[in-house]
Amino acid sequence: MRKIYKYNFISKFKTANIISLFLVITSVILIFFKGLNFGIDFKGGTLIELRVDSINIKISDVRSSFSDMDLGDLNVKEFGKKGDYLIKFEKKKFNTENNIKTIKDNVKNKLKSDVNFRRVENVGPKVSAELLNSGLLAISLALAAMLFYIWIRFEWQFSLGSILAIFHDVLITIGIFSLLSLEINLSIVAAVLTIVGYSMNDTVVIYDRIRENLSKFSSLKISDIANTSINETLSRTIITSVTTLLALISIFVLGGAILRGFSLAMIIGVLIGTYSSIFVAAPILKYLNVSYKSIAKEKEEN
Amino acid sequence: MLNFSKIKILFIYLVFFLISIFCFSNFSQLEEYFFKKKINLGLDLQGGSYLLLEVDSTPLQKRHLQSKVIPLKKKLIENKINFENFKIIEKKISFKISKDDINKFEKIFKSKKNNDINVFLNQYNSFELDFEFLNNKVVINHSKTGIINLNTSVVDQSIEIVRKRIDETGTKESSILKRGSNRILVELPGIKDPERIKELLGKTAQLTFKMVTTDPSEFGNETFVLKDTQEKIMVSKRIILTGDNLIDAKPRFDNINQEPIVAFTLNRLGSQRFGQATSKNIGKRIAIILDNEAISAPVIKDSITGGQGTISGNFTFQTATDLALLLRSGALPAPLSVVEERTVGPDLGQDSIEAGVISLFVGFILVILFMAFKYRLFGIIANVALISNLLMLLGFLTLIEATLTLPGIAGIILTVGMAVDANVLIFERIKEEIHKENSNNIQAFDTGFKRSIVTILDANITTLIASIILFIFGSGPVKGFAVTLSVGLITTLFSAYFISRHLISIVVFKNREKKLLV
Repeated sequence: MRKIYKYNFISKFKTANIISLFLVITSVILIFFKGLNFGIDFKGGTLIELRVDSINIKISDVRSSFSDMDLGDLNVKEFGKKGDYLIKFEKKKFNTENNIKTIKDNVKNKLKSDVNFRRVENVGPKVSAELLNSGLLAISLALAAMLFYIWIRFEWQFSLGSILAIFHDVLITIGIFSLLSLEINLSIVAAVLTIVGYSMNDTVVIYDRIRENLSKFSSLKISDIANTSINETLSRTIITSVTTLLALISIFVLGGAILRGFSLAMIIGVLIGTYSSIFVAAPILKYLNVSYKSIAKEKEEN
Repeated sequence: MLNFSKIKILFIYLVFFLISIFCFSNFSQLEEYFFKKKINLGLDLQGGSYLLLEVDSTPLQKRHLQSKVIPLKKKLIENKINFENFKIIEKKISFKISKDDINKFEKIFKSKKNNDINVFLNQYNSFELDFEFLNNKVVINHSKTGIINLNTSVVDQSIEIVRKRIDETGTKESSILKRGSNRILVELPGIKDPERIKELLGKTAQLTFKMVTTDPSEFGNETFVLKDTQEKIMVSKRIILTGDNLIDAKPRFDNINQEPIVAFTLNRLGSQRFGQATSKNIGKRIAIILDNEAISAPVIKDSITGGQGTISGNFTFQTATDLALLLRSGALPAPLSVVEERTVGPDLGQDSIEAGVISLFVGFILVILFMAFKYRLFGIIANVALISNLLMLLGFLTLIEATLTLPGIAGIILTVGMAVDANVLIFERIKEEIHKENSNNIQAFDTGFKRSIVTILDANITTLIASIILFIFGSGPVKGFAVTLSVGLITTLFSAYFISRHLISIVVFKNREKKLLV
């Protein structure tokens, strides 16, 4: 390969990998020790979004209007526009005497104002456990399906590399959610699955090129081939990330409070996914000593 | 790769036209067949209530086991199996037999033919009941499949009654579906406050008429506290009439006592029974019991033979109306409880639509500007492909009458961002080919396309796998995201592979010698 490429990624692999390892370990520690802020989808409970028109009502008034009703752990925050509040509480089950209607009436009486209940969600304990299980199952299945697809299309080294890159992305994204105590709900599962797809997409583009170059320049070392391939695909990697981020930032800023968590998770995921396809997926091939020979040999054996 | 036959070109644009034309039917007011298809708005966008109901079949399991007691005892005696300590506790029947008889018992209990004690369920290849033998004690309970079977039949019966009750409240366009073996999903578009419907669905409305008795020695008496007067009464076990015998019920106003009442009409069998019972028991009291609560116990003044009667019991006009509605629509075989509820007000839905459309528009403009800036002429080609992609995506969603949710709109925006990837891959590859020596425009474009298409397929299939899995496991609004993302990937492939390739070929053949894309 005669051409000298602008960027030497190989020299930065080591530093990048140490940072990645540190981030992954920190994320795992955060997830285990700090825990995740599960929303009512996965924890069970009740969520109420309400709007009050009166300017005199403060967040403390909203909070106190919900207390004294034995609702369990109560969380009140401002949500989107002024006068919009999101209230979450632990209570999962209601009976005929104490139900959502009585809560609504109580709140209206205490706030002495007309309250617009914009959204009421209640998830029982059984359903929340099922939703969590099916969410985890969906993510695991998606990973397994990706693994299988890459294994068919490429060699096992590529499969391993891409899966490690995805784990890296998902763990760090969830780690950031844990660090910032952002809520994990159903739409975050959707975001994580999309990140899995996006990160895979990005990795596949680079891997495709590495594989092509491996057979073209069979005498070159894998690290040189990886560097060439990353450089060749670099502008595509960046342009696609930029357009995807443009769309996501538009959702984050203008899409309303409900989509904010989802789009934030996606933005983090796209940034990390782009980084990992260069700095995680490619070096793994180097560590596994992938060469034209090793791959050709394996093919013969099969 | 760059040669298109006339037929192929025609075919490409015909497909594009036929699919994308459907997106206009969303804006058309015509009621013709072709324009009837529309994208449905999810409950999170149009406002409405989503209720997931779960059947509690425990009382039914008990009743079902109770019905087995007599035939079981009979069978044991017939086969000369000695048993003692026969008990029915909770959801279990237990009795003691000697070890020597257990094989004999098992043979009877697990016989597949004409077994009236333990029915063999062909569709599950298993029995409805199971038994355990421990310390000379046989314990019978429902098998897993037995419970599923029971749940399924309860759900099937309940769905009809749930539908009737909801229809009676005047709710339009409700959708009532079975979910799993023991759940019913109710979607009520436009309902802002589902409390009344929840209340109506929360009652089984099992109505019985039984005689009040004063003889405490009678077997199976039950004691109730009357709801209207708080008086304690004893009620005989024998059922005179149930809600099944009712054909109609209406709220009325009783002018004599100045209170709302419920007037009911009985079917023929019901009228006969009611007539007999009332004429025999003039002067006695009859208890009206609803869901294990005694509403009232009026004195029978005269025999009632016309099949018409009334129920009083301190009703308000609302409770009388609700009771009449419940009696009209029939009793639920088992209690239902709400295990998940999501209600979105119409104004929040409207806000979400606005926010979604604005962010779609802005995201779209940003991407288009970026591409035009980055690739100039070819950026415009990519943008034409992107617009046709979006039209086809909307057309396809209309064609399959998909349900659009807020995450679904996010899926469309994300498709916009990711769709240009295919074009970027192609352009970047072509650039590389051009930079290589001794290749002319056409050759470079041709190889560029060939090489990039494999990558495009690989990259999009992985995302498609993720979104299909999300579709299978996702629930509610998230499913809408999976739908738009999957459809978006397919239309992206079409627009990149056919439309932008064709547009590029036109440009390339017109400018054979000019430097392009550099």
